[in-house]
Amino acid sequence: MDLTDRTEHLAFRQEVRQFLDKHKATAPEETAHSFRLSPRPYTDTVKAWQKLLVKNGYAGRTVPKAYGGYGAEPDILKNRIIADEFFAADIPQGLYSQGISMLVPTLLEHGTEEQKKTWIGPTIRGDVMWCQGYSEPNSGSDLASLQTSAIEDGDDFLINGSKIWTSSAHITPMIFCLVRTEPDASKYQGISYLIFPMDTPGIDVRPLQTMTGHPSFNEVFFTDVRVPKNAVVGGRGNGWKVANSTLKHERGMLSNANGSLERLNKISTLLKKEMLDGRPLWENKNLTDRFVSLQARVQAMRFHEMRLLTRTKDGKAPGLGDMICKLLGCELNHQLDALAIDALGEIGVLYDGIPSAKEDGIWQQWYMYDLGLIIGGGTAQIQKNIIAERGLDMPREPRHQKGS
Amino acid sequence: MYFGLSDEQLMIQNSFRGSLERNVTLDSIRRISTGDEPFDGALWQELSGLGMTALLIPEQYGGAALGLIEAVVVAEELGKSAAPVPFVGTAVVAPLAIMLMADETQKSEWLPRLADGSVRIGVAISELASGARRGSGLTEENGTLTGTASFVIDAAGADAFVVADRQQGFHLVGADSPGLEIIHSPTIDGTRPIAELKFQNVQASGLPQTTSDKIDRVLNAGRIILAAESFGAGQEMLRQAVAYAKDRKQFDRAIGSFQAVKHMCAEMAAELQPCQALIWYAAYAFDVMSDDAELSGLLAKSQMDDVGRFVARTATEVHGGMGYTDLMGLHFWFKRIGFNRATWGAPEKLRADAARLQGLG
Ligand SMILES: Cc1cc2nc3c(=O)[nH]c(=O)nc-3n(C[C@H](O)[C@H](O)[C@H](O)COP(=O)(O)OP(=O)(O)OC[C@H]3O[C@@H](n4cnc5c(N)ncnc54)[C@H](O)[C@@H]3O)c2cc1C
Repeated sequence: MDLTDRTEHLAFRQEVRQFLDKHKATAPEETAHSFRLSPRPYTDTVKAWQKLLVKNGYAGRTVPKAYGGYGAEPDILKNRIIADEFFAADIPQGLYSQGISMLVPTLLEHGTEEQKKTWIGPTIRGDVMWCQGYSEPNSGSDLASLQTSAIEDGDDFLINGSKIWTSSAHITPMIFCLVRTEPDASKYQGISYLIFPMDTPGIDVRPLQTMTGHPSFNEVFFTDVRVPKNAVVGGRGNGWKVANSTLKHERGMLSNANGSLERLNKISTLLKKEMLDGRPLWENKNLTDRFVSLQARVQAMRFHEMRLLTRTKDGKAPGLGDMICKLLGCELNHQLDALAIDALGEIGVLYDGIPSAKEDGIWQQWYMYDLGLIIGGGTAQIQKNIIAERGLDMPREPRHQKGS
Repeated sequence: MYFGLSDEQLMIQNSFRGSLERNVTLDSIRRISTGDEPFDGALWQELSGLGMTALLIPEQYGGAALGLIEAVVVAEELGKSAAPVPFVGTAVVAPLAIMLMADETQKSEWLPRLADGSVRIGVAISELASGARRGSGLTEENGTLTGTASFVIDAAGADAFVVADRQQGFHLVGADSPGLEIIHSPTIDGTRPIAELKFQNVQASGLPQTTSDKIDRVLNAGRIILAAESFGAGQEMLRQAVAYAKDRKQFDRAIGSFQAVKHMCAEMAAELQPCQALIWYAAYAFDVMSDDAELSGLLAKSQMDDVGRFVARTATEVHGGMGYTDLMGLHFWFKRIGFNRATWGAPEKLRADAARLQGLG
């Protein structure tokens, strides 16, 4: 173990600070977080900021230069320094989204040269947003049972079927989508992963209201949607493998410990600022006990993630350690939200919060949103099945293997 | 010993259940929750007709002179149906405050009209019940009130308010009093008409019999009713989760056949059931003026709040992505439970109060 800032890292920290000092005036108010809660196209300020971050290596850091990234070697400490310094300065970090955090690494792994050249740059700069067309009305946890079909027709596929809970589909110009191209193959062999524009004729998007009151996801209907065969990522019939690569990155995005740390820090500010009966909540033993217990869990997850990154760099296969992250990370975020709600008490129930408290009032919405993420990206119960069956090598449920 | 409802209480339960099943639909809840109408006026009329507003009020003022246990029975049904009508403020806390602390003139002015549902009274006791927050608090000087009362329950369309000031005084204030400004504040639960009241030298009619014991009694009743409502809401979420789990298929089988899902439902049932007895006991203790009435109320609400949070979350999880949509409407119960948890003392505060009451900590 060696976690000290070496000369190189000390210099890097200085560099980040100088960058932030110089540019903080142009930083947007909105964070990636707020765009996730209520999806809308990125504003010009947000996009300009994202471009500046990409150019300087504070976003899309390890994406190769050839595809519009910064091309840096993976360096855990530098990532942490970036996160720390941005947080300390209260300046939004780079965007994360289904395109940036899930599709881009999938394309890097499985995409053709042309797909990488065309899509990665605009995506990491925030110019092109994506939605994820996986779930169908009858295929949620059992994703591989999906039925949306893509039938060969000359140089194209003709897509028919429907998707549901497609986050952001009402505003994104592009979709990555799972379809069944080989109806006769077995459940897992017949799937292909396609990318195509949402304005292709025959696509009908109907927003679905969610429990938070923000229409963040949709039903998407496909009627004879014509998509060229070169829209396949990772080879025809190979979609299950590619989909799982995306799912892995999705779980990584959903359980990101820096996001938990951000919540924790916000709660610490809240507990110091908010008064009850003339005394700061920070003096309330019950709340501080919960705070510190969650702090320990946040720290554990951060260091756990750093350890996993080291293992990956050393070429070790992901194992149990990776499988637990989504379950724990999403649960942790939900519990952090719950603490904030309890600390705010009655005023925390007010829908749009208390204007004087800026973002504090939306904790109730985060509490619901983060519950959504305990369900989305593979439910907590499915994560536990994965941990038990693949991580701990326990016997599978009898009929679970059907069709595999 | 007989730990159960009497025939008369069962009749009350049945008549409210029947009416609510007939009159409250997902559409009607959604209409109130997203529209401009603060609550369901027709339903209010119907339930007042069944005696919802007269429950606790003495017969001489036109009431039914029943106990808190009957109000608990009604609250469970209201919670189960997520009925978009005011209850805990105008039908429980306001009449009790007046019954216990008002003088004869005030009683005869308000109680008969509360009983027949022709007036509604909002309740501004948040600071007293949950602690003083930034920017709120009322001071009384020569019979006039100045300051802000936040999180006022059953505020929309109220004819008057029962208001607590910083010196533990209680007052009645007409909604049209000069100097009073009513600002409606939307909450996560769109079926609850909450407001903030701003007072600028507003004439108030003090409740002369106010004592701290009586205040505690009024608060206790309000909390027990909130707990009962959350219990009803929790029961309904469990019912929906079980029904959904039997119906929804994944991996070629009903998801309810997965042990993980069965256990979620079983845990909800196991946690919920004893809460009902705890709440009934608290109401009974309140009615017979038992020494442990206050402690029982604190325990009942804090426990129900925690179980409620668990059930609201777990029932949503059983529904998968469907639980997160507005389609099923499951979130109306989810939000009601969340709202009740925060209202008039969240569990941490209630437990601290309970400890103090027992000379601990
Ligand atoms: C906020 C949010 C955003 C989303 N965004 C997207 C998106 O952008 N794109 C997309 O494609 N999808 C999206 N989804 C859908 C999400 O992936 C699915 O909701 C999720 O995979 C669960 O599927 P389901 O909803 O069909 O639930 P079901 O599979 O019907 O599950 C219902 C319940 O049964 C349990 N269950 C099912 N199978 C088992 C089993 N084998 N063992 C034990 N328990 C089991 C589940 O854990 C759950 O509790 C989103 C969902 C949410 C909530």
